[in-house]
Order: sequence, then C-alpha cells, then structure tokens
Amino acid sequence: MILSGRFWRRVEERFFLGLMIFSCGVIFLGLVLILLDIFIKGLPALSWSMISQAPKGGFYLGKEGGVLNAIIGSLVLAGGASLIAFFLSLPLVLFLNIYLKRTSGISAFIRFSLDVLWGVPSIVYGAFGFTLMLFFGLKASLLGGMIAVSLLIFPIMSRAMDEVMRMAPRELLEASYSVGTTRFETGIKIVLRQTFPGIITAVLIAFGRGIGDAASVIFTAGYSDHISISLFRPVATLPLAIFYQLGTPFPEVQDRAYACSLILTMIIILISVLTRFLTKKFQKYIVR
Amino acid sequence: MIFEEHIRVEDLNVYYGREQALKSVNLEIPKKMITVIIGPSGCGKTTLLKSFNRLLDLQEEVRYSGKIIVDGENVLSSEVEITQIRKKMGLLSQKPCSLPMSIYDNVAYGPRIHGIRRKRELNRIVEHYLSEVGLWEEVKSRLNEPAGRLSIGQQQRLSLARGLAVEPEIILGDEPTSALDPISSKRIEEKFLELKNSYTIVIVTHILRQARRLADYVIFLYLGEVVEAGAAKEIFENPKEELTREYIKGIIS
Repeated sequence: MILSGRFWRRVEERFFLGLMIFSCGVIFLGLVLILLDIFIKGLPALSWSMISQAPKGGFYLGKEGGVLNAIIGSLVLAGGASLIAFFLSLPLVLFLNIYLKRTSGISAFIRFSLDVLWGVPSIVYGAFGFTLMLFFGLKASLLGGMIAVSLLIFPIMSRAMDEVMRMAPRELLEASYSVGTTRFETGIKIVLRQTFPGIITAVLIAFGRGIGDAASVIFTAGYSDHISISLFRPVATLPLAIFYQLGTPFPEVQDRAYACSLILTMIIILISVLTRFLTKKFQKYIVR
Repeated sequence: MIFEEHIRVEDLNVYYGREQALKSVNLEIPKKMITVIIGPSGCGKTTLLKSFNRLLDLQEEVRYSGKIIVDGENVLSSEVEITQIRKKMGLLSQKPCSLPMSIYDNVAYGPRIHGIRRKRELNRIVEHYLSEVGLWEEVKSRLNEPAGRLSIGQQQRLSLARGLAVEPEIILGDEPTSALDPISSKRIEEKFLELKNSYTIVIVTHILRQARRLADYVIFLYLGEVVEAGAAKEIFENPKEELTREYIKGIIS
C-alpha cells in the first residue's frame, strides 16, 4: 500500500530506508561474527606444522602432524572440478546467449533445468557420483571427487556466467556482426572479452562452493592421510578434515578443525583477491 | 531520375510475431549516392535498413519474405553466406558502439577476422581508415588506449573507420548522429558527403533538415509502406503524394 499525505510519505520513506540498512547490517554482522569465530578458535591451534605436514600417527588423538594432505587435496580437487565445469559451462552459455534468441523455448528450458540443478542438495550429487563410479568400476578417488564436485558446481558456474552474458549490450553484437564475423567469432572475441571479469567471478564462486563442500566428496573422493595427487587414489579434503576432527572427543583436535576452517577461508579469500587483481587489467576495455 | 541501381528490394514483407512491420516494399537504391530514408518513428525505417545486412535475423520472432538483390545476389536467400553480405555493408548505429578493446584493435578487428595478419599491413590499414574519418591526428599517440575512453563523437567516427576497414561497398547509417552533439554530427555529415564518391550510402533519419542536407535520393516510409521515393529535389520541392507533402511540412509526424 502506498501511503498518501506529506507526513506519511516521509514516514514510509524513513521506514523502508531503515529496513534496508537493517538488512545490510545483518549481512555484515553475520560475516564478521563467522570470521571472528573462526579466527578466535582457529588461530591458537594454527601452527606451521598444521600447514606443512601430513598427519602423523596419533594426529587424531591430538599428537603431531598437520593437514597438508587435505590442503593439497582440496586445491587439486576443486581446481580440477572447476576446470571441468568451466569447459562444460562456457559452450553452454555461449549457446544460450549467442546462438539462441531470448524468447526461445529451448533457452528457457535450459535455464529452468540449471536452476533446478542448482537447488539439488550436494549429498545427492555425492550419491549420484558414487552410482556413476560404481557403474564405471571406479573406487573412491580424486577423479571420482572431481566429477562429483564438477556436477555440483556446473549449474552454479553456468548460471552466474549466463547472468553476466545476458547483460552484454545487444548493440555490441550488432557492431561485431556488421563487419562480417560469425557468431562463434563474436562470442569468443567480443562477448567473452566484454564479460571476462564476470566470467572469472563465476568461476570463483563455483570454486569456492566446490572447495567448501563435504557431502559431495565423502563417498566419491574418500580420505587419505597421505599426500596424493593421483587421479585414481583416494584424496583428503579440507571439509572432511574439519568433519572428522570435529567428530573426535578431544578438545585440542576440535580446535584444529577450526584451524582448518581458517585455512579454507584464507584460501578462498586469497584466490579471490588475486584473481580480482589480475582481472583489473582487462576491466578497462569493457564497454559501458 | 536515372541512376545505376545498387540495391533492389522486391516485395519485401517483414513481420514481428503477428505484427507486420514492412508491407510489400519495392525499392531501388542508387549506387554511389546518398539515399535517405525518412518517416515517423516506428514506420519501419530501421527494419528496412537492417534487412539489407540481415541483422534483422537477430530480432525475436521475425519472419520475412521477398527479395533484396545486391550485386545480382538475393541477400535474403538462405544459401547466401551471411558474413560476406555483412562485410559488404558497414553499419553505423544510433549509439556509437566501440568494441571492448583498444582504439587500434577496433579498426584492426574486421581485417584480422578476414585474414590479414601481417603487422605492417594492419598498421597501414589502421592509419589509413583513422585518417579517412579524420581521427588519426587526435588518437595517433594513444592507439593502445581503450576505445571506450573516447568521446561519443570520436567513438562514432571510430565505428565508421571500423566499418570501412573491411572495404564495404555500402554504408548503412541508422540515425547515426542522433546521440551526437551538433559539432560531431556535422563532422559525420561532412564525412558522408566525401564518402559518397566511393560508397553507396543509405541513412535512416527523422531529422528532415539533415535529410535535405545529405540526400540525393529520398524514400518516404509511412506505417510500413513506401509512400514515395525519388530524387531529393523532387520529394522536397514537389512531392507527388499528399502524405509526403504533409510530412515534409510537419503536419504529420
């Protein structure tokens, strides 16, 4: 209901502005509290050996060792999964935005499917990945984990890319076509360039989601106390390291779970900052 | 008026969904002259222009029938190589649209697509066409800067250079000065008058004074139909149709 009268209009304006500020505050507070919690509990347990060593005998009882196996495992697994998802997403979004028309039924159907896939819980991807692995005779391994995680993050990555590509001005396409380019050339040379920072952000969002997910890797990647990057061997991941350590009855091991959360968070922040920095270079060419 | 025709439109019908945007259009467009398409907003001027280089294909729910013959070839035929058609016709849009790359790369974009790789040759092309549109002196020291940093007027001349760099025969202008300031508009108009010696130029405009300044040949479109077409002098001074007379006097718009 829109109120009338000078006084009420002002009250209304104030009220909704207040509501907006409140929402921003909740989001910001949430972020700060989570970070604080991780830092306060994780920082004391974080040591050089945590990030430089694999678990040694009795690590889960509070003895020596670290989670280097999980750090490397997570980076390789999420990196590989992001790569697979990227090479699936890019052709899809180019098809959606350059080959299909906006009102096309096929594109509506594809977008709807992606939205549904986005909403599927990650444990379902884990179970589905596991079924696939059984079918192909694969054991819990890095490859199995990569495939499960790539399935999980593929809809996220392609929808995020799709959103930025939809924002690319139509005139840009016309300008490119009118010198006699094919759709593919326009897609690769113009649209991709114009949306490059958005594409990178999409990959990052998906990577962040992938590296932080435990349910999809629990059956598919397994776990290993050794540092391994063999595609066909089980591999440790940070979310599972957190999960297993929190599950022990020892407070010092539980604190290490927080240290692992801290490491995970730092990895995501570091990669975000680094990539933002790198994409700055391309940002200046973007046409507004 | 006797002229050599460059584009011939035969019974062109264009539909957007159920709506008919062009109704049985028949036209001839003279070679190496400036043809101006006039008419009120929404009468199908832009649709007509974009059907020449098949940019119409990008529109939603578009259907068309008829023929558009350019150099003896029907560009609406499904067998035609669409990239070659578009290469033949440079386009200047309403709002200048620079590509997301440097000034140099904007001009070199088309030639590179069509297979020119040698640096020296590209340098020559870039300098030549930037000079042709009177932009070379202004930008020669900053060719590697993003094209988006140029003023709107400069960007429109850059768009022209980008179009010319693939050596088209025809230049299409869709209200090419509507986003520009008066001085930039004047420069674009002057360019057109120079370029008509080498190119066939077709411009859509709703500015009658601009049409008077530029046109050799005028096409008056009203509600998707060609009301009258002929030599500019005839149309402006002695139109045959009452509708044309009213439009030119500003009675209808």
